[in-house]
Amino acid sequence: MIETGAVFFPLLGAIIAGFFGRSLGDRGAQLVTVGCMALAAACGVALFFDVAFAGNARTVVLATWIDSGSFEANWALRYDTLSAVMVGMVTFISTLIHIYSVGYMSHDRSIPRFMAYLSLFTFAMLMLVTADNLIQLFFGWEGVGLASYLLIGFWFDRESANRAAMKAFIVNRVGDVGFALGICGVFVLTDSIAFDAVFAALAGHGSTMVSAFGGEVRAVELCAVLLFIGAMGKSAQLGLHTWLPDAMEGPTPVSALIHAATMVTAGVFLVARMSPLFEMAPVALALVTIIGASTALFAATIGCVQNDIKRIIAYSTCSQLGYMFFAAGVSAYPAAIFHLFTHAFFKALLFLGAGSVIHAMSDEQDIRRMGGIWRKIPATYALMWIGNLALAGVPFFAGFYSKDMVLEAAWGAHTAVGQYAFWCGIIAAFLTAFYSWRLLILTFHGEPRADHHVMEHVHESPPVMVLPLVVLAIGAVFAGAVFYEPFVGHHWQDFWRTAIVVAPGNDAMENAHHVPLWVKWLPVVMGVSGIALAYALYMGAPGLPARIAARFQGVYQFLLNKWYFDELYDALFVRPSMVIGRALWKGGDGAIIDGFGPDGIAAAAKATASKVVKLQTGLVYHYAFAMMIGIVVLVTLFATGRF
Amino acid sequence: MNDAGFPLLSLITFLPLLGAAIIATVQGDERTVAQNARWTALWTSSIVFAISLILWFRFDTDSAGFQFVEQGLWLEGLGIGYHMGVDGLSVLFVLLSTLLTPICIVASWQSVQTRVREYMMAFLVLETMMVGMFCALDMVIFYVFFEGVLIPMFLIIGVWGGARRTYAAFKFFLYTLLGSVLMLLALIWIYLDAGTTDIPALLQHRIAPAAQTWLFLAFFASFAVKVPMWPLHTWLPDAHVEAPTAGSVILAGVLLKMGGYGFLRFSIPMMPDATVELAPFIFALSVIAVVYTSLVALAQTDIKKLIAYSSVAHMGLVTLGLFTLNQQGIEGAIFQMLSHGVVSGALFLCVGVIYDRMHTREIAAYGGLASTMPRYALLFMLFTMASVGLPGTSGFVGEFLAIVGAWQVSKLLALLAASGMVLGAGYMLYLYRRVIFGALTKENLKGLGDLSPREIAVFAPLAVLTLWMGIYPTTFTAFFDQSVSRLIAQHQAAIAATRQLAGL
Repeated sequence: MIETGAVFFPLLGAIIAGFFGRSLGDRGAQLVTVGCMALAAACGVALFFDVAFAGNARTVVLATWIDSGSFEANWALRYDTLSAVMVGMVTFISTLIHIYSVGYMSHDRSIPRFMAYLSLFTFAMLMLVTADNLIQLFFGWEGVGLASYLLIGFWFDRESANRAAMKAFIVNRVGDVGFALGICGVFVLTDSIAFDAVFAALAGHGSTMVSAFGGEVRAVELCAVLLFIGAMGKSAQLGLHTWLPDAMEGPTPVSALIHAATMVTAGVFLVARMSPLFEMAPVALALVTIIGASTALFAATIGCVQNDIKRIIAYSTCSQLGYMFFAAGVSAYPAAIFHLFTHAFFKALLFLGAGSVIHAMSDEQDIRRMGGIWRKIPATYALMWIGNLALAGVPFFAGFYSKDMVLEAAWGAHTAVGQYAFWCGIIAAFLTAFYSWRLLILTFHGEPRADHHVMEHVHESPPVMVLPLVVLAIGAVFAGAVFYEPFVGHHWQDFWRTAIVVAPGNDAMENAHHVPLWVKWLPVVMGVSGIALAYALYMGAPGLPARIAARFQGVYQFLLNKWYFDELYDALFVRPSMVIGRALWKGGDGAIIDGFGPDGIAAAAKATASKVVKLQTGLVYHYAFAMMIGIVVLVTLFATGRF
Repeated sequence: MNDAGFPLLSLITFLPLLGAAIIATVQGDERTVAQNARWTALWTSSIVFAISLILWFRFDTDSAGFQFVEQGLWLEGLGIGYHMGVDGLSVLFVLLSTLLTPICIVASWQSVQTRVREYMMAFLVLETMMVGMFCALDMVIFYVFFEGVLIPMFLIIGVWGGARRTYAAFKFFLYTLLGSVLMLLALIWIYLDAGTTDIPALLQHRIAPAAQTWLFLAFFASFAVKVPMWPLHTWLPDAHVEAPTAGSVILAGVLLKMGGYGFLRFSIPMMPDATVELAPFIFALSVIAVVYTSLVALAQTDIKKLIAYSSVAHMGLVTLGLFTLNQQGIEGAIFQMLSHGVVSGALFLCVGVIYDRMHTREIAAYGGLASTMPRYALLFMLFTMASVGLPGTSGFVGEFLAIVGAWQVSKLLALLAASGMVLGAGYMLYLYRRVIFGALTKENLKGLGDLSPREIAVFAPLAVLTLWMGIYPTTFTAFFDQSVSRLIAQHQAAIAATRQLAGL
């Protein structure tokens, strides 16, 4: 019962608030959705302990979904350690964000719609993580995509929000093509799409080759790479990351829930879920590591120069997802999920904290127009500190445990890509700490840079917004220390059981526990240096950053413009599609097909007809009839001649 | 005499004609005639739908054979007979036709005010032709219905259409006629070859492989125009744009499926060798259709044209799936046809809703409708997502199965087919954004009313079907599982036989 409850209570809430929101009123819709979420969280957290800690894994089959030959998929809820961790985390964080939204969205015109979307999202996310086959996973995958689209474009009268929503959906769809083809590949290879059957059948296909796109490749490699392309889209990895910063157009609770804590981690979840496949595909794993490591570094560099408080945190998310991926890439899936788990707390905290700042600053998001407000909103200030300490990996906060584990695993992989990931991660750790404190200092300290109207209105958020932050802060402090041993300790296999498979020889997890002392402490040193540099630049010599930016104008512009990815894609894909579409329409359909086809023939017929005007009656069916008679005669002659 | 105990198929085929005859006899002033014609048409088509539901409940999904068979004597000595029956490949298309007709009649309740009597008659005659076409088990009967569909449709576009209706109607007529003539040629050839026009008998008849290619191409000319396949598609956007809303619904919902059904009923089983030989050619045209028309859809400024082009892209996936000749591909194609019938029909109805209010189909004339028409925005979103192929809606199942089918043939083919997932999202969301989202700034849009109860009644069954087909598609795939398996088995046997002969 609780298995179904954890997933379907949010759907119930979404349906009630969505369809009866007008009669329920704002308050009613909030009560219903928060109530349903709380019930789901109760179920979810209970399952987290029952399945992950007590080891009672189980699968609840609801119905058959698709059945075409051997292509069979059920609607089912699969609870093993991996999904239980996700279900517990998602329901818990989502409940907090529902509560926060009650306060944050209190002045909005469409509260029931907002709450319904949030719950709908949560439902889709839960379907995703509890899937027992690839197609249901894809259902959840696209469902969260839809909810994300609806929520980014929630304020649909803003052009920029609509643009961002569309961009998010379409960029994700590019990844989804990879995902969909990956499912095809897995199905054709193993004749199944249900996880257990797929994993069982994979063993015999280690050396199966397939021809694809003009070459011969190992089938498992092809499938793994295609699935990873899907993961890249959803988790905003390098190349398919462009939608995530723009997604910040959505209301802040959405950024916290969807674009930080849960949805964007679905790609990492996918790789972990498919670990038996990825473990057979070393090339794909190396690709995962390289992309993850590059993203971690790349996004961190951009984060250092952005001025929108939410975008800075968005790039930070992108960067942290990179950490998770390279952990998975070196076969340290538990480390990846552990970082995912702790990150959910402190990143949600940071976003909601940023929301609280934005709320206080009368919807200002540019940190250049903030400053000098820490005394006015002390609670938010303290909570943001906790979030940033966790993010920067300062000892004994949650991020310290998980980020260190990720980096140690990369080092412990003893491979070239592992080394690459390690050093990218180390540099990114420095940058992370730097941009976090840059944000903190510019937002809260120094002279107030907002006008006095805004400053007069700066106020602490109501308890309904602060309380969820406090709960998240507790998580950001303790989640690492408490869950370190079971998640990634020496006996991690007893916790994850069969949910995560690591091939013999891929010992990054084990080696991570035996790294040199400098590897263990380097991330912390880098983090503290980053903080120190931020203090030096923004507190010590506030004029200096601008001078540096002016001195290195080229680099600064390059980073400020986000490596020009948007411009590049616009020039390569968006504009050409429109131009080609127009050309094919006017030229292909209009001039060529119609020109030589019906219009051309009609014109020619008219010209001929004017010469043989005596035969012309002007009625189409006369011609048609004559044609038909002619053909009948022809066929008859042909047929009789033949027999 | 058959599974229903009475000539069920003949009844649902010809009952609409009776309704049309009654409408023809209505007397009185124009208003009375119009009102009576509407009600008679609605009652007739509703009764036909209710009766056709017997098929839904009594169809034996464990059987691949023809059911509800009726056989009458006609030109017996010539091997031509009145033979009706349905199997898994056709039964759901019959139901789709009987469902869409009453919906169309309700949808035209207010938007058609001129020559209402003739309009309603045209729709009922159209229903007879469509249903008859899907039930026919004799080539001659099939041909009569297949061509017969043209006439009421031609009139619906030509009489009740928009400004350029004459051009569109003639283009439609000529294109499809050209194909039909070639098909007739092939039918006559087959008749002379086999000595019968009975379809079940022909399914057992082997046509010499050498002749198959030409026959295939002749059928292809007709079916490819109907689908329509690239580059024979240019009649469709014009026809849709000029057709009245209900005409578009039937055109997209049922008429386009006649091509796909024709491939399934004739081309693949009767010309197996040519099918294999020409499949690459069809694949090429199909993926071109997906990519090309999706790009063209992106550039459209007319809502109906955009959806018309999207239809061509979706049907490209259908022809692709059909000729993969594996279970997933063919089932995907059939499912995609059914889903497209519901979803594109619904999308055209969505256009009709705002066209009735504003009398323009220009995308630029709209924007921000979500503020004044929330119910409409929700439904439009549902059908948009179904068109995009979001899992949980009907659009996903067919699209995905077709891609799975394509993957088994060629990875590149699957990739190109899947590119429609991105492009489809592109043009549909771009449309939605420009029509529904954005700020409501245009003065004349501010007073628009949300959906009326009549309009909601029109959409409700389609919305339910879209979700039902997406969430629990096995209800529908069960109908054609067996028939598709048999089709594939017979096809493989035929190919093996040819190989054996060639080997000897």
